[in-house]
Formats: sequence, structure tokens, C-alpha cells
Amino acid sequence: MIHARDLARSFKTKAGPVEAVKGLSLDVAEGELVAFLGPNGAGKSTSVRMLTTLLPPSSGSAMVAGCDIARDPAGVRKRIGYVGQGSGAGQYYKLRDELLTQGAAMRMHPADAKRRADALIDMLELTGMEDRIGTTLSGGQKRRLDVALGLMHSPTLLFLDEPSTGLDPHSRANLWEHVLKLRRETGMTIFLTTHYLEEADTMAERVMVMDNGQLIADDTPARLKANLAGDRITIGLANSDAAKAAELAQNLPQAREVAVGDSRVEVTVGEGEALLPEFIRRLHEVGVDIASANVRRPTLDDVFLGLTGRTLREAQGSVA
Amino acid sequence: MDFLYDVKTSFVREMKPLISGWVWLAFGLVQPLLYIGLFVPLLGDVGGAGVSPLQWFIPGMMVMLTLFGTAMVGWSLTEELLSGVLERFLATPMSRPALLMGRALKEMFPLFFQAVVMIVIAIPFGLRIYAVEMLYGLVLLGLFGVGVAALSYALAIAAKNNTSLFYMVSQSVALPLMLLGGVLLPLESGPAWLYVASRFNPLTYLIEAERALFMGELFSTTVLYGTLVVAATLVIGLAIGGSAIRKASI
Repeated sequence: MIHARDLARSFKTKAGPVEAVKGLSLDVAEGELVAFLGPNGAGKSTSVRMLTTLLPPSSGSAMVAGCDIARDPAGVRKRIGYVGQGSGAGQYYKLRDELLTQGAAMRMHPADAKRRADALIDMLELTGMEDRIGTTLSGGQKRRLDVALGLMHSPTLLFLDEPSTGLDPHSRANLWEHVLKLRRETGMTIFLTTHYLEEADTMAERVMVMDNGQLIADDTPARLKANLAGDRITIGLANSDAAKAAELAQNLPQAREVAVGDSRVEVTVGEGEALLPEFIRRLHEVGVDIASANVRRPTLDDVFLGLTGRTLREAQGSVA
Repeated sequence: MDFLYDVKTSFVREMKPLISGWVWLAFGLVQPLLYIGLFVPLLGDVGGAGVSPLQWFIPGMMVMLTLFGTAMVGWSLTEELLSGVLERFLATPMSRPALLMGRALKEMFPLFFQAVVMIVIAIPFGLRIYAVEMLYGLVLLGLFGVGVAALSYALAIAAKNNTSLFYMVSQSVALPLMLLGGVLLPLESGPAWLYVASRFNPLTYLIEAERALFMGELFSTTVLYGTLVVAATLVIGLAIGGSAIRKASI
């Protein structure tokens, strides 16, 4: 559905040229739900804007929904749905009118557009808001309208750029419920950008981590966490055999970052839950008394930390 | 055909809030009517002996309303540029110049409405009607307005990161053009240097052409010069505005 090769984009600024995206290559198959994760300024939006033909790349090429973004931008635009970071609906326009305008912009037959608009109003729970203008809608309603606008022509590929930024947790969950339902019903491919870890973790089947204009990881959230962060096992010790425990910990498969405290030992492994019983049994065999045992599953923040040496929250603060 | 369809799509979208906001449409009439009621009586026989000063003043007023109305339309685009609405349309197959064309045409609608109401109201106060000539005058104004609006959109796109820049540039261009065009008072009665300066103002020729049309002249060099100014404004406006939106990556 998406095949990008060496996409790059630089911007001229007063401080000199800035390379926002440096050689991005990626492939997304039909039906996938992929999240672009990275701090603000990582180049996520710039990448999406290139893939959606809103911004010409400085170099590189991409095929999106079967069309070349440089040679056939109109073909791309016809096939994709795009929900940008900003608000797509005008402030002084009625909700249903905006949907119908979108239908006309997508060259839909007016009767089809009317049917589709009513179906989307129903699906996205915007019933009763048809004649309300933009300024009178709540943040969650506006965002659902944006999604509806992107879905008017039933695209097979939907781009969502920071879809839930600025929404309260309840509206965010509600938006996702709708998006996932639509996906189940239509099987469309969804490509989203987000800087919310939980969102990428729970919603996406595949996460591409972006930092500093480059793709630095690309896998399922589970595998990213297992390979790049790992589970942290902490064993509380009843007697002070920390050295013995540490030695055993060192020998666990894929063991790394062994830390020894006064009455505890910590180790990072690939699959902590599966390893823990075996680890406890071995500790028991060599006579180590165990007071407590704990496995902490990693978050994508740990993945980002493992990849870049800083947490996403820190990166968020350091890049404008 | 797609182009015209897209112009229509954009025009229809823009018209809807305008129609529901008809109060503003009516309010827009207050200012020109105040001018007619409170200013025109001061003009005396500016249009020549035995001719109503309305015949001279109304065409100038219409040019002023058109210029100010359309020079500022980029403002509404700025709002949609920053909010993400324009981006939404740029991600659709719509023709980009058609997007602006539809918007510009919509801006002409209230101006056209105001002009017609102004003319109708002025009839009992002595305005003589030259139907064909006046209609041609309105068409000229409409085309001129589309050209100026396209330039205003180009300015809005160029100044999208600095909205006060848009305001400064559009105001500092529109106001001297209008004053130097002799909209309110005849420049012939002013100092010579002002008259000479006005000869270098393209708007002067449009205002003179409109006044000639309102006096019932049609086939004259004055009207021809005005027509040429409108044609040039339209061509330059559409070329610059069209290229600005085609290159726009918000």
C-alpha cells in the first residue's frame, strides 16, 4: 500500500538548512495498522505530508495506494483519506455541509455523498449535530468530524496525523473505539503518527520509531519491547547471597544489565515471565532464600531509551 | 470541466455561511448609504452642470468597496491556512486554482448585491439609469475584484507565518491606490503634482471608466483604458495567485 525509498526533505531556516527527514524507506502492506512514534520534531508529520502529496520531497520516491507521489499526485489524493494535525472543518460551516463539500471535492455523486454523510454521522455518533457550525462543537466532536471528512470517499488507506492530540483521555478512547470499529468493518490500511506511547502500544500492530529524521526501529510493539528493552526481573533476597544470585542471573539467556543491591538482584532478559520460574528454581537449588519476585514489562519508552539513550519525555522537551 | 466543477464546489461551500449570515450583508450597506446621504450633498455639480453628483460618486464608491472588500479577502484564507482547513482541501483531487477561484467569486457576491441596492436606492434621488453601460461597469468591477482577490490570496499564502504582515501590506497598497484614484473628490481640482501622480495609478483609469459608463458612455477611450486595466489585473492576479496555491505546502 505504501512503498517509500530514500525520502528526504530539508527546509531552509534562518539558522541554515534543516534536514527534517533523512532517507526514509518503508513498506506498508494492505490492511496494516502502523504507527509512527517519535518526539515532536522527529520528522513524522513531514514524512506523512510527503506521502500524502502535500509536500514535495527534496529527494527520493514513493508509491502510495498504487500511484507515484511525484508523477501522479492527483491519483494518490483520490485514493487516500487524510486527517491532518489541525482542524479540517471550517469554523462557520455546518457539519453536514462540510461532509457534502468533501464529497464534492472527492468528485462523488451528490446522492452518494448524502448517503455516505448520513452513514458517517451515524457511525461517528454525530447525530443531532448536523446543523451545528464548527465553533460550537466540542474537541472530541471536531476530531470525529475530521475523521468523517477523511472517510467520506471510503478510502482504502487512511492517514491520521496526531489524531488524538489535545483530546482528554475519554475522548481519545472514544475516537479510537470508532476508528478501530471502522477498520474491522472495512479492512482499510491505517497509518498514524503519534507521540503518545500508550496509543502506539495498544492500537498499532506495527510501530515505526522515528527520531531526528530517521527511522530507527520497525516491528510489532511486543517484539520491539522484547528485543530492544526486555523484561526487568527483580528478586528480593531474604539472606545476603547477592553474589551467588548475581552469578546465576548473569547466566540466564539474553541476560544483561545485572544490578546487585544489598538484598536484591535485578536483571533484564528477553522473556521475563517465562524465565522467572526457572530462575527461582535455580536460586533455590544453590540455597538462596527469596523474599519477593517481580517482573516489570517494558514500555515503548524503554524501547526509545534503549535506542536513543534518552526517554521520549526528555526528547519531547529538548526538540521544539 | 473538472475545473469548473471544483470552482462550483468551492463557491457553494463559501456561500452557505454568507447566506445564513445575511445580517452582515445588510450591515455592509450602511456605510455606502451614509456616504450617499451625508457626503454626496457636499459635492455640488461635480459631474458637470445639470448632472446629479450621484452619477459621479456612485461608480467611485463601487470601485472603493470592491478594492477594499477584495484586498482583504486573504484574511479569511489565512484563518483556514492556519487551522488546517486549506490543507484538508489540498489533500483532495480538487484543482488548486479552482479552490481560490470559487472563494474569490463568493467575495464578489456581496459587493454585487451592495452595488445593485445602492443604484436602486439612488434612482429616486436623481440617478439616471444607463442599463447596458452600467451593467458593463458591474461586469468590469467583478472581474477586477476577482483579480485583486487572487493577489490577496497569494499575499496571504506568502505571509502565512506572519499575519500582521498581510494586514500591513494589503492596507498600505489599497489605501494610497484609492486616494490617488480620486474616489471621493475630483483630483482635477487639487494640486498639479497630485494629478500627475494619479496618472500613474492604474485604479484611476478604472474609476474614470466607471464614471464614463455611468454617464452613458460606452465606446470611448476612457472605457477602453479601464477595460485594459481590468484585463491586466485579472491576468496578473490569476497568474500569481494560481502559482502561489500550486506551490503552497502549508
